[in-house]
Order: sequence, then C-alpha cells, then structure tokens
Amino acid sequence: METSQILETIRMIDEENLDIRTITMGISLLDCIDPDIERACDKIYQKITTKAAHLVEVAAAIEAEYGVPIIHKRIAVTPISIIGAATSATDYLPFAQALDRAAKKVGVNFIGGFSALVQKGYQKGDEILIHSIPKALSQTEFVCGSVNVGSSKSGINMDAVRDMGEVVKAAAALSPLAPAKLVVFANAVEDNPFMAGAFHGVGEADVVINVGVSGPGVVKRALEKVKGQPFDVVAETIKKTAFKITRVGQLVGHIAAERLDVPFGIVDLSLAPTPKVGDSVARILEEIGLETVGTHGTTAALAMLNDAVKKGGVMACNQVGGLSGAFIPVSEDEGMIAAATSGALNLEKLEAMTAVCSVGLDMIAIPGDTPATTIAAMIADEAAIGMINNKTTAVRVIPAVGAKVGDSVEFGGLLGRSPVMPVNTASSAALIARGGHIPAPIHSFKN
Amino acid sequence: MRAVLTVIGQDKVGIVAGVSATLAELNFNIVDMSQTIMQQNFTMMLMCEMPQNKVDFEQVRARLNELGSRLGVQIRIQREEIFDAMHKI
Repeated sequence: METSQILETIRMIDEENLDIRTITMGISLLDCIDPDIERACDKIYQKITTKAAHLVEVAAAIEAEYGVPIIHKRIAVTPISIIGAATSATDYLPFAQALDRAAKKVGVNFIGGFSALVQKGYQKGDEILIHSIPKALSQTEFVCGSVNVGSSKSGINMDAVRDMGEVVKAAAALSPLAPAKLVVFANAVEDNPFMAGAFHGVGEADVVINVGVSGPGVVKRALEKVKGQPFDVVAETIKKTAFKITRVGQLVGHIAAERLDVPFGIVDLSLAPTPKVGDSVARILEEIGLETVGTHGTTAALAMLNDAVKKGGVMACNQVGGLSGAFIPVSEDEGMIAAATSGALNLEKLEAMTAVCSVGLDMIAIPGDTPATTIAAMIADEAAIGMINNKTTAVRVIPAVGAKVGDSVEFGGLLGRSPVMPVNTASSAALIARGGHIPAPIHSFKN
Repeated sequence: MRAVLTVIGQDKVGIVAGVSATLAELNFNIVDMSQTIMQQNFTMMLMCEMPQNKVDFEQVRARLNELGSRLGVQIRIQREEIFDAMHKI
C-alpha cells in the first residue's frame, strides 16, 4: 500500500469533508395494504421497525471500522397514495404519523414516501394524499413527501401543478419547515436515496439498500491543483476524483447490504453540499473560473461538472441510480448562500442551471406573500424543463411567511439558511387556472 | 482482518514505543510499518492484523484516542478495504 494513497484518503475525509451522505433503506409497503387504515398503519409500523431495526447500528459500525462518516440514515417507502387508496379514509395523516413513529423507533434521520405519482392523472388516493400533505408534514418530525406532476413520457398534469402551488403555501402557513420536506418532481426516480424526494418505487425489490455519496470539497481541492488549465484537464480531474469518491460509496453500500442481509440497490453519485465551509458545489464552480456563482458562464461550468461527475462515478460502482449529479440547493450550500445574498445569483439563473444538472429549484426561500399560482407556475416551468430534456427536475421552495426580499431565513442543521429571493411579480394566474394536461413531447414516442 | 493505523503529529520521544506497546496489549500483530517526517509532521503508518474477526472498534478507537492525546498525536485506525476500494481497480 502506497503511503501517499493512505494519506490522500485520510485528507479527503478529514479536511475535505468526504462522507457518505446517506444510507437509505427502501422498503415496500405493498404487503401492508389493508381496507382498514388503522390496521394498515399497524402493519406499516411493524414492517418498518422489523426491516430497519439494525440499520442505524450497522451504519455506526461501518463508520467506526472504516473511518468514513455516514451522515444520515434514512428510509424510503412505497408512495403512500397507493397504500391509502385501499382504505376508505379521507385524510392520510394517520399514515404519516405511523411513518413518523417508525422512524423515531429505529432512529433514522428521515423517512420519505408520503408521496403520489400523478403525472397522468389522479387516482382516489392521490388526491387525498395531496390534500393531507400540509398537515402531515407540519405535524410530524421525520416524514418527507413528494409528488411527481410530470414526465417525459406522459406530459404534465396541470391540475396537479395548480394544486401543488396551493399545497406548498398551505404547508408553509402551518409550519415554516414543512415546505423543506416537500418536493414537487418531474421524472422522479424510484431509487433516489436523497431527501426530501426519496420514495421506494413499485418496481423495486421488497427491501433494498441505496447509498448517496458526497464530496464537493474533494473536487474543489483537486481543481485547485489545475488552475488555469484547459477544460479537458478540468473534466479529467473531476472524473478521477468522482471515481474515488464513488468507490467509497460502493464499498459502504456493499458492506451495509451484506450485514443487513438485503440486496444492494444503487449508488447515487451526487455532489451534495452542506452549509459548512469547504463542502460547497458553488465554490467548485467558482474554482472553475467564475468570480461568483450565478454570473455568465455558470451554466456551462455546471453542465461540465455534472457530466464529469457521472462519467467518473459510473465505472466505480455496479449500479448507478438516483439523481446522480451536482446538487444546487441554495440554503444548503455556503457558496450559494453568499451569491444569493450578494444578488449575483437569482431565480432565473437557478432555473437555467436546473436544465443541466441533476435537480431543480431547491431549498429557495421566497417571499411569504408569493401567490400560489406563481409557485405553481415555477413548478410548471421546472416540469417543462424536465419533460423536454428527459431529466429529473424538482421544486422545493419555501414561502417564508412574514418575510420579505433580503431577509434571512434559518432552517437549521443540514438545511442551512437562505436569503429570501425576489420572485417575478407579474401574474401567472390565468395560465395556472387553465388546468388540464400538457401533452407529452413528440420525442417521447420511442416505441 | 487487517487495518491501517496512521499516527500523525509533532515528533517526540516515545511515539513508536507507545503505539506498539498498545497494539501488543490489544494482540494486534504489526505486519508492515513505515515512518517519515512529512511537512514537519511525524507520520507513521502501520498495517496490522487483528486477532479475530470480531473486534470492538469503538473500544479500540477509544483506547487509541486516549493514547493519542497522551502522546500529542492523532491516531486513526481504519480497515484496509477502504484504501483498496479507492485506489485499486
């Protein structure tokens, strides 16, 4: 073993914040379906607390043995709208409470799957779930929800887009943190280990382990060594670094799956920032040559970064999945917070960035008086970008009740803080009022 | 089961003696060892073979941390596989 290689690994972990962001156990709840909601909730609690009983303990042991921090332990379950549809309940809050109790019992950081997939229309359970979201996310601690409103294959459900604008507002009115636990997707993936958008797709195995890696600081440090060199060199450097980061994810996921005796699903090769200095995606983009993230050239730099991360990571693991790319949440990234505060980064630029990276408008505080129709229109724009570009996009905006542009909102922990960003004040109400369905694009007909 | 032990810190008398004595008490066999001064830091790496498959890492870590603070150095122990995963294809 080379001394320099050992020291490199240790430096990545100690100084550059390399970590496993999450080990997420996906659990199918299809066998918990019951016409009686109370019985269904009991079965859900039983199944989760049995299957995930040792998740936290195994993660802690791996952390101790291999010396790599595992930040979060999470659970993703089958979209609750599917489980709820079998019941005659008109409110799914009891499901959210059962998930919350189970999460607390096994000691995970989050549980995702208070979700509905409505890209083509509502079934009974979808509508009830969507209307249960504000209460469910404000009255629970660990539950995360998501709704998929569009896809490249099915187009965009504009009724759902309209409803989700209302739901985001209603959630914010009940609890300032609730919208941070809610993602509105287009092209949602079924094996995403990252919150708040994780759910366990119906095509997945009964129980599975997925892993999300992180390491923006490692990439930033590697790029500091190739200052001024052409883009080919930059891309190659990112690829090599992403490979090493992802290999750690593959190792940890493999060991965790083996010890928990469940199949290993995927590694999500994402660069996920935290508000900590030295753990920022924005600072990577600035290292590539931007004075401040958000200026002209940001989209090009991000496109290259996102692609190079995927290329480096793909060879490092057996199965790649989830979102896999660079995340650009505003409040969770120290460099993004700085750029948004200085005014260099605005919503329009963020929207452009979402066209080339793996996520959407993420963790952005907007004025509390933003109309629901404007939020719905943001969702429609993001869904359109996702639909046309065959990629996942999402909206997770937080209407900051009582706050105005320039105020700072604190979310705490990994969720960070965000300045309230200005929103275009011209109305989109008539567009949203139309409802109906935006048909799937012509390039979706591949059969 | 093998692990890599790294010791980094200010050079002083007794580091090698202290570390190897503790490893001997833990019944860890040292199979490879290198030591150098890098950027004015004493840097030692040991590959050790652990006695059985079941080792209480938390306990070992606590013991090494205590030793590290006594010697004024940082001591880490990590299973070998993490380095193999990252650097070997």
